[in-house]
Amino acid sequence: MMEVEMNQRRRRGALAAGLALAVLAAGRAAAADQGAHGALAEAAQLVRLERMMGTRPVAPPPGYPPDVWDALIPADNELTPARVELGRKLYFERRLSLDGTVSCSTCHDVSRGFTDQRPVAEGVGDKLGRRNSPTTLNALFFQTLFLDGRAPSLEEQAKLPILNPIEMAQPSREATMAKIAGDGEYAALFQQAYGRAPNYDDLARAIASFERTLVFLSSPFDRFLAGDRKAISAEAQQGWALFNGKARCVSCHAINASNPLGSDNRFHNIGVSARHQDFEALAAKALAVLKGAQGQAGLEAVDRLALETDMSELGRFLVTKDRSDIGGFKTSQVRNVGVTGPYMHDGSLQTLWDVMDHYNKGGEANLYLDGGIEPLALSEKEIDAVVALLLSMTDDRLADDNRRLAAQQRARSRSNRPFRDDKLASRRVLPFEARVTGRAGKEQ
Amino acid sequence: MAKWKSVETRWYEDRDALFRGLRRLDRRSFLRVSFAAAGAAAVSGVRFAPHSFQTVSVADAKEGREPFSFAYISDSHLYKRELNDRFVRSLLRAIDDVNAMDPQPDFVLFGGDLAQLGQREELDLGAQLLKNIKAPVRMMVGEHDWFLDMGARWRELFGKETYSFDHKGVHFVVLQSVNEADFWTRRGMTPMERMHTVAGLDNGIQSRFEVGAPQREWLKNDLSRYDDDTPVIVFSHSPLYKYYRNWNFWTEDAEEVQAILRGFDRVTVIHGHTHQMLTNRIGNIHFHGMLSTAWPWPYAPEGLPKLTVQMARPDPFNPNDGCGDGFATVTAEGLVDKVYNLWNRNPVDVPSAYLASGGKKSRPQDPSLASF
Repeated sequence: MMEVEMNQRRRRGALAAGLALAVLAAGRAAAADQGAHGALAEAAQLVRLERMMGTRPVAPPPGYPPDVWDALIPADNELTPARVELGRKLYFERRLSLDGTVSCSTCHDVSRGFTDQRPVAEGVGDKLGRRNSPTTLNALFFQTLFLDGRAPSLEEQAKLPILNPIEMAQPSREATMAKIAGDGEYAALFQQAYGRAPNYDDLARAIASFERTLVFLSSPFDRFLAGDRKAISAEAQQGWALFNGKARCVSCHAINASNPLGSDNRFHNIGVSARHQDFEALAAKALAVLKGAQGQAGLEAVDRLALETDMSELGRFLVTKDRSDIGGFKTSQVRNVGVTGPYMHDGSLQTLWDVMDHYNKGGEANLYLDGGIEPLALSEKEIDAVVALLLSMTDDRLADDNRRLAAQQRARSRSNRPFRDDKLASRRVLPFEARVTGRAGKEQ
Repeated sequence: MAKWKSVETRWYEDRDALFRGLRRLDRRSFLRVSFAAAGAAAVSGVRFAPHSFQTVSVADAKEGREPFSFAYISDSHLYKRELNDRFVRSLLRAIDDVNAMDPQPDFVLFGGDLAQLGQREELDLGAQLLKNIKAPVRMMVGEHDWFLDMGARWRELFGKETYSFDHKGVHFVVLQSVNEADFWTRRGMTPMERMHTVAGLDNGIQSRFEVGAPQREWLKNDLSRYDDDTPVIVFSHSPLYKYYRNWNFWTEDAEEVQAILRGFDRVTVIHGHTHQMLTNRIGNIHFHGMLSTAWPWPYAPEGLPKLTVQMARPDPFNPNDGCGDGFATVTAEGLVDKVYNLWNRNPVDVPSAYLASGGKKSRPQDPSLASF
């Protein structure tokens, strides 16, 4: 009796300690809670995750068409609690990286909108990649993964960063599995989840399963769409009208019940790279480098070009070698954008106001610019309204971060609008015109 | 690209197969083009110029004639920029395209329909924009430039509408093929009503396009100075054959014009107006269409020449799809390898060997990406 009581007391104590840790973590006060590269430590992230996710059963989000949901789940990776649990453990597992410093959650940090809120990802040995880390929130709804769509599924996606030399830098699948081979807990979890010994494919499946639980679609905007006219401000409602009209957002960022992301899952050159790259020269170089690279080796070659070289800027072209895909990147989701900045494939736009400025002036003129990108002539008030709408699309569980980051962005935008160009936006000067006529900046 | 994917489900399998198929298609077309370029570079000892992965003609120079390239931009249909700047932007983009070509083309053909309604401000705007082309420009007139003032302003800006010139051993002829028998006088139409009637694609009131007897005479005279083995390249706005009458994809006196050209061994006609990839051969005459920078037309319900490799139906969500510009390489034999530089797809290369073999050899790659 005594012993049982003691055990219970001890357990309660541990729980209290855990909670204290969580409080500290939330305040980001303790150095011990720091993970690599500004991430919250994995344990503290887990506490936050628990708080956000609760004990939500593994099921389609409310209101989501069940048939469409079924189509999102691969037949050989049915979503089960055991798989999700294994995947969650792996998502926060630093041992998956070469030197044990980073995990998935380093760049897809629970406390930073499931991304790293940095321009580009940072991997082992402080190495910087070339691409902005997309959030893992709602990633399950994408038809292809990575900003160039080089992976067809979450499963295939999960396999690449572990092996990429500047991300987690494991030399091989075998080396990766060896890192956790001695861990009896993993052996049991893999057995439970997939009925066999740990292996790399199942590891990727489990991570994918965990990511399929990261559904964050419960925002003021959703309540507005469901009929609550007061869920978002009048300004945001004006933003919704602009989103579907003058601002042309909906051309690529269509939102509906079965595609709640606001992405057309296609690849568009909106000219972000055109500010600093010569596409033709890059493309010729990439073709030379990728010549003869086939199969998995070809995919890994693309992965390395995308993360380590200037050829990253070619985007979808690296995957398809189709000239029309030069500089094209996947349409990002508009969900939770308030907490997933900076923006664009290279993280080059700091605020949503910068994003609006970029589109407002018709992107950056280049030969591969998507035909749908054109000057929008949005006023300052209209830009504010679209931003207000975008900020209303952040899930309630991230509302505090959303408010804090929005305030930061707003303050920055007051003094710093590097991409604003009223002449282009108002069509007094047309895209290509300055370059073609050699009269940069001059009005007609 | 095929084997790496461990396929996850039936659904993924299907989708994957589609993507793989597309990718293979793209790879083939890309390899073919780049190998041609690499091969040409190897033969000619010229540095591989990567722009647009363009083909460089194989410099076998067996007749001592130097191969060369000219680019084309066509059918820009400009309105006043305050009314519609999309077409202005498209033309600017094409100019940027052509200016970026390395090496530069020997000249740039503008294929007609610079303006939408032949108005002074439209033509003036076009003239001003075309001044930014680095290479010399050769102008051709289209019906949209013509029927408001019967070519008055166009002539002031660009000179004669019918002319010829020689370039590197090839004789070039530019025709005004969009004359129409008077349908307006007895109807009492204003110039703008006449213009609008012609501008309507399927407006049955108007007459059919024709080169006309005086110009045919001029053509006969012009060509009489040349030997039969001189390569001849004719620019005409409308196709110099009968494709589809209701849309005036048509030249009423096409047979007479063809008869004049028949005496030459190698004749190529390059035309605008149809806004689509179009390939035809009638006897010794090769025909190529040009892309528009403004919009693509669908194929006509009948009469499509059987050599035509059809462009895919354009993506309605991408205003650039199906539009473009392009260039032609005149080979050492004096035949034309034509490239359609579709803006939203891989370029399509229609080699002279394809036409010469009646479609048996060197079939062009179908345009990349799905039809929409």
